[in-house]
Amino acid sequence: MSEKGPSDDQDASRPDRGLRRTAELVGIGVTGVVAVAMLGFVLLYWAQDLPVASDLYAAFRSLGRGMDAAFGTNVFRHPIMWQSMAVGVLVGVVAPLVGSFLVHREMALIGETLAHTAFAGVAIGILVTSSTGWNGSLLLVALVVGILGALVVQWLTERTDAYGDVPIAIMLSGSFAVGTLIISYGDGLTGVNIRGYLFGNLAVVTPEGARVMGALSLIVVAGVALTYKQLLFITFDEQAARVAQLNVTGYNTLLVVLTAVVVVGAMQVLGVILVAAMLVVPVAAASQIARSFRETMYLAVIFGQLSVIGGFAVSIGLGLPSGGSIVVTAIAVYLATIVGSGFSVKAISAHG
Amino acid sequence: MTPIVDLDGVTFAYGDTVAVSDVSLTVDEGDFLGLVGPNGSGKTTLLHLMLGLHEPDEGSIELFGRPVDEFDDGGRIGYVSQKATSRGGAMPVTVRECVTMGRFAHAGRGRLSTADRAAVADAIETVGVGDLADRLVSELSGGQKQRAYIARALASDADLLALDEPTVGVDAESRDAFYALLDDLNGEGITIILIEHDIGVVTDRANRIACINTELYHHGDTESFVESDALAEAYGTTGQVVHHHH
Repeated sequence: MSEKGPSDDQDASRPDRGLRRTAELVGIGVTGVVAVAMLGFVLLYWAQDLPVASDLYAAFRSLGRGMDAAFGTNVFRHPIMWQSMAVGVLVGVVAPLVGSFLVHREMALIGETLAHTAFAGVAIGILVTSSTGWNGSLLLVALVVGILGALVVQWLTERTDAYGDVPIAIMLSGSFAVGTLIISYGDGLTGVNIRGYLFGNLAVVTPEGARVMGALSLIVVAGVALTYKQLLFITFDEQAARVAQLNVTGYNTLLVVLTAVVVVGAMQVLGVILVAAMLVVPVAAASQIARSFRETMYLAVIFGQLSVIGGFAVSIGLGLPSGGSIVVTAIAVYLATIVGSGFSVKAISAHG
Repeated sequence: MTPIVDLDGVTFAYGDTVAVSDVSLTVDEGDFLGLVGPNGSGKTTLLHLMLGLHEPDEGSIELFGRPVDEFDDGGRIGYVSQKATSRGGAMPVTVRECVTMGRFAHAGRGRLSTADRAAVADAIETVGVGDLADRLVSELSGGQKQRAYIARALASDADLLALDEPTVGVDAESRDAFYALLDDLNGEGITIILIEHDIGVVTDRANRIACINTELYHHGDTESFVESDALAEAYGTTGQVVHHHH
């Protein structure tokens, strides 16, 4: 019998499943289009002085003014808002993507740890730029420190049982402590908006930050797409994956480094303290109702996107910080999925 | 003929605690080896050593005629770990997705081919979980989960199945059916290494027995094991403590 036979019959006998799949694919499609449009904006902004791009960019600006007129807002006419929204939309794609593996490896705390490491990176960046006059990007310094932190986390977890909480927790608070010390030491040297990095702020996003996020997003999406099978196997059954001669340490390191990359990019709109939520909450929501791992990833990205767009609406509409707005929206989505799945809260982190 | 597994003087310790001491044994093609011994006797450690999950402190291990640390043909081994039934927790993975993992060692970074998908479908049918293919592994009973994991091993075209107490928490009826399946697979030429605490099950099915309690107490065919004192000796060393030996 062919492989397709039975599953096709089943799909036909359960039209709701076909409908559900269609809805998911539409959701993913829309998310993809929005993400590509946002990447397009970032590129156009960069290239706005070039001949063809300048016309397209002008068209984009008039679209923004049109949207402001339609919604009665004073938002979409400002390029900086588009930068922030671009970063948000891209975070909504890549954070749940990486989070799908992190959450089911019971590594949720690692995202939080890397965010705090990246905060130390921002602090170091501020110190370096203010004391040497080097005109580099804080985000790039944070990225380097974040990746180094990721490698240390990986090294620690290889040498402790499973994902030992204690060394990770020490690293989490330790790097944050170092960050606060450096910032106090360099206080007054610079006018950088530290609160923005802590709590997330639409105004923190610079054109360069948006470009960095665009590039990082492409790396993360490509990285996950190329290693999906291996990451899935290792996440589900690490020992069997080892026996199947997968390079488990290598893929674990890749996952942690990709997490650091996502965290640094997402820090701009979500803030250090809340960035891990986007790795975890949409995935938790998706896992409540998903019928397969692939569906978990699709739904996590869709929920991530809903959270970002809904969060932006709240943030812009009420003048609140973007980070908190996005995370609260994500948790609202999570609660909705609990209601939708008949109040059965799945213990994803089933230790033992 | 090259043995599938060849251990020579293998010793392994966790820190100061010796788990496996000077064990030499071979597993030949087509064998059904039962690995028995009391709790904490080093059965799982020995199996892990055979599969290259631990490096021995002393001695040498060959898998399919190659030193285990150089062995790279992961598709030849199907492994069902002790934790397999309890792990996977609430991770939403369907039976088909789980079985498909068996093809990952073959596909490398490339996409799965039609042949890969056909192998997955065959494996699912062979173990009789065709009607459960789109269900989540976490929703299955213990026996059904084990079948899914065996299907994953079959999908990889493994010629060695390594099973660590696969029927813990599985009801008696499913357990019998599961062991009948193992018999069939062994009859088709697949080599099986089975850790099982129920000695009766092992002596009924296996043609070779290795009885260990840190050291190897018996290694040979099942008949000679049943007639020997190896079991009493192996269990006796821990039994002494329990029975206040004078």
